Amino acid sequence: MGHPTRQSSTAHRGSILWIAFLVHRLSGVALAVFLPLHFLALGLAIDGEARLDGFLRWIANPLVKLAEMVLVFLLAVHMLGGMRVLVIENLPWRDGQKRIATAALAVAALAAVVFFARAA
Amino acid sequence: MNVRLYILQRATAAVMAPLVLAHLVVIFYATSRGLSAVEILGRTRGSVGWALFYGLFVLAAATHGAIGVRVVASEWTGLRGRQLDALMLGAGAILAALGLRAVVAVTL
Repeated sequence: MGHPTRQSSTAHRGSILWIAFLVHRLSGVALAVFLPLHFLALGLAIDGEARLDGFLRWIANPLVKLAEMVLVFLLAVHMLGGMRVLVIENLPWRDGQKRIATAALAVAALAAVVFFARAA
Repeated sequence: MNVRLYILQRATAAVMAPLVLAHLVVIFYATSRGLSAVEILGRTRGSVGWALFYGLFVLAAATHGAIGVRVVASEWTGLRGRQLDALMLGAGAILAALGLRAVVAVTL
């Protein structure tokens, strides 16, 4: 019995399922960082509609719209990736996990692009 | 992560799945119509339904996010035991407090 080599211990990182795990992990971290800022922004409404309106005008900026598109992608991909995990853990095993993971990424990307096209 | 946190993590995920879908629909609707703050608040203020919807959403997200932060910190940092618990409780408290403040701001 020998220790696994570095190459064999990282070989799985080329797999779409490992990438799906990584995307789920990183999108979760990004959402945890973003969420307090999102809540603080909505809390502006406490000080009156004018302050929230000023904020909404600021987010009409194209660069902010682009950042929002990324956030929509993160939210959608984290939800779809999470649903995949729930299905794996709670329902009978089904084949085609790589296809499901790819579909989750594709649907999230599509949702983000459609959001950007409608909001721009 | 112990069994209780694991179940809570999965339960809040299951609760949030339809809420996230609905939230995405709301985002698409509001942005495509270019609603102003006055128009948005005109729809949400005084609505018990929106308050319950987003109140539940915030509590589920705060719980889910706090447990997620604990898991990531346990794998990526040297934090252990009570330090992880303190981080989780702190993250959950901040998310819940700011989130519920936002719900009050938008629906009351």
